[in-house]
Amino acid sequence: MKRLNDLDYLKLNKFGKLLYKLKLFLFAIPVFFKNLGLKIFGAIKGFGLGIKNSVSDIAYTFVKGNWAVKLSFLIFGFGNFYYGQILRGILFLLFEVVFIGYMIVPSGGAYWLSKVNWFQNGATVGTVQGEFKYNELYDTDIWVAGDDSVKVLLYGLLTVIFIIAFVYTWRMQIKQCRICMDITAKGKKVKSGKDDLRSLVDDQFHKTMLSLPLAGILIFTVLPIIYMVLIAFTSYDAAHDGYSNLFSWVGLEHFNELLDFGKGGIGLAFGEILAWTLMWAFFATFTNYFLGMFVAILINKKGIRLKKLWRTVLVMTIAIPQFVSLLYVAKLFDSSGIIGKLLLDWNLIPDSMLAAKQFSLWQNPISSKILLIVLNIWVGIPHIMLMATGILMNIPQDLYESSRIDGATGWKQYSKITLPYMMFVMGPYLLTSFVNNLNNFNVIYLLTQNNQLINTDIGTAGGVSVCETDLLITWLYKMTLNSAESKYYMASIIGILVFVVVAVLSLIVYNVMPSTRNEEDYK
Amino acid sequence: MKKTDNKAIKKTGLGAKASRRIDNTVVYIVLILISLIWLFPLFGLILESFKVEYQGQTGYLWPQQFGFDNYIRLFKETDFFKWFINTGIMGVCTAVLQTIFVLSMSYVLSRLRFKGRKGLMNAMLVLGMFPGFLTMILIYKVFSDLGLVLEMAPVGLIIVYCASSGMGYYVSKGFFDTIPKSLDEAARVDGATRFQVFYKVIMPLAKPIVIYTILMGFMAPWGDFMLASYLIHQNSAGMNVAVGMFEWLSKTMVNSHYTMFCAAGVVVAIPVTTVFLCLQKYYVEGVTGGAVKG
Repeated sequence: MKRLNDLDYLKLNKFGKLLYKLKLFLFAIPVFFKNLGLKIFGAIKGFGLGIKNSVSDIAYTFVKGNWAVKLSFLIFGFGNFYYGQILRGILFLLFEVVFIGYMIVPSGGAYWLSKVNWFQNGATVGTVQGEFKYNELYDTDIWVAGDDSVKVLLYGLLTVIFIIAFVYTWRMQIKQCRICMDITAKGKKVKSGKDDLRSLVDDQFHKTMLSLPLAGILIFTVLPIIYMVLIAFTSYDAAHDGYSNLFSWVGLEHFNELLDFGKGGIGLAFGEILAWTLMWAFFATFTNYFLGMFVAILINKKGIRLKKLWRTVLVMTIAIPQFVSLLYVAKLFDSSGIIGKLLLDWNLIPDSMLAAKQFSLWQNPISSKILLIVLNIWVGIPHIMLMATGILMNIPQDLYESSRIDGATGWKQYSKITLPYMMFVMGPYLLTSFVNNLNNFNVIYLLTQNNQLINTDIGTAGGVSVCETDLLITWLYKMTLNSAESKYYMASIIGILVFVVVAVLSLIVYNVMPSTRNEEDYK
Repeated sequence: MKKTDNKAIKKTGLGAKASRRIDNTVVYIVLILISLIWLFPLFGLILESFKVEYQGQTGYLWPQQFGFDNYIRLFKETDFFKWFINTGIMGVCTAVLQTIFVLSMSYVLSRLRFKGRKGLMNAMLVLGMFPGFLTMILIYKVFSDLGLVLEMAPVGLIIVYCASSGMGYYVSKGFFDTIPKSLDEAARVDGATRFQVFYKVIMPLAKPIVIYTILMGFMAPWGDFMLASYLIHQNSAGMNVAVGMFEWLSKTMVNSHYTMFCAAGVVVAIPVTTVFLCLQKYYVEGVTGGAVKG
């Protein structure tokens, strides 16, 4: 479509401008998907090319290499030894020995791999079911432990990761042989172990620094997430906890439950909860944003004194641990809480609620949702206020002055200078805070858990009773908290869906956000 | 742009000074109202913690009888002291470890260029979109085999808080981005290694963000309910304050524990709020500086 230049755009009337923007947005959608497709295609192509290059490189190394290089295809690090890189050689060799040792020892890698029955529908994870057996010594039935599916799957997964690491290391040390070959062919010296160690604080400093945090992330985030995704294809729940009852692979069977829209069905529950979650995140983010900015503008208005005091008052609420203030505030609005009582004494409670004996604001779906959003304003404004204060101070003052000369009033200045500037700087923050609000466990759970209001449309779903105010995250939390009703597989499936929702939303927002589109506008 | 607005003329007609005075009075009134609303729960908490006559909710604010009964009961009759110590230890350990993790991550991503840097950042962005606490399904299982749950939960929790904290590098990366690159280059030209640049050039400049990170690490365990409740699993000896005190407001216990909750809330709020307000400057710097640049 034809893009208008600035002058033509300004000539349009309000309606025309809106129409133009809408058109731009609509036309951007196919382009977005086209680019996405191209990107994916490019990535696949790059991956294929990488493999091709790798293979030809390996073949070249094998053909042209001397006996030591050829040997290092079997024995790790042999090429390094030959070229005098003792330290690297030892590390490679050590890795191979440990790997082979781990794979062949009894109850090592091979043992675990054989027990997992990867993705065979109906097959159990683990092969030996524990059971009660008669024991002559004690003259009673005694529990004889079998496999623990949870462990079997974990060790199986670890072994697979280990194998991938093994292949990668094999490739790496062949690459190094190639590099050594090339360097010596040119008549230069290869790096010694000493050089390697020194480079860890210099050229390769990033590896030193990243090792610890990345190890933490791999072990405590990546591994459990992969595990969680695997769980979605099994029947892992409280009844099949892996220890007393093995769980088994079920394929996509449980995903079908998502289509169950009857009472208590996962589909219905997911839909309703997702709707409220999105609504909550939207209102929570934008009420906070606009009101927080409003407060910041008030405090920073020219001629207002005691700026620091006002700010400190608000910052106080950040300082108090959230659970204290939230739990306390939740109780204030309870039927016997201070504010709840006041509302009752002053006859501010609608008669319909009184008649149903629901005089606590938490006992009505609509009032409790509104209350949540209002209380979240109380929680969130100080954060936004601080941030907005910082940005307000950065807005060039001459913008305001020149606009005043042109006759702009306060509101005009606000909507044409302050707001766009803030929007630009805080765009990325808005996105993150929207995502955080989707997963805002603390506010929802702490405020409503002691005042549960069961959603009568849904009742129980996923093994737990669903509250009117539950977000996906609190629902998941209850589902996974160890109890007789826990359905871990369902939690995993919904976790995957949450990921999809968040990822799609982020992609869309990221693509319509001003900060990413015209980065140079305000600089 | 547009022609002169009618409203602007009207406004100047009133006299700029007078109109500003009226404006400011309105602003002051609004600000005072806001302050009252924001401070109300805090005052309520303190006042109710001194309430002696009834231990549940009374529906009024001002105690008829003042006294320290709730505080005495708190330390005598409950495990609160244990929880408090637990949380304090967690706070200090998390502050130290998390700072190391976060700073090394953000420093590298901000100031060093290496192969796979962009990919790493994208990967972490995507990882962050998973509901993180689902990892607890596995972590709980593994930790219970290692004995890091129940009364040993504080140790397990420290590991959980710190291990993945590298993913929260955004704020401090934003800070490091603002330090001019020419500093590094000058030092490199003078023959400093990358480590020396980090240690001798950047770290002395990074004091605000170090303090901000320490502060955040220290605060995290005080407010965490979700992860803690997983590992603690109702075991009183291993609780942190949030999990411990949460029970007191449940329907069955609120009538005998409400004022005690207020007292405990005050005791918890004192150290955390003091630390926070003392380091407020750095917090504000972190939030306004790093967060928006992402």
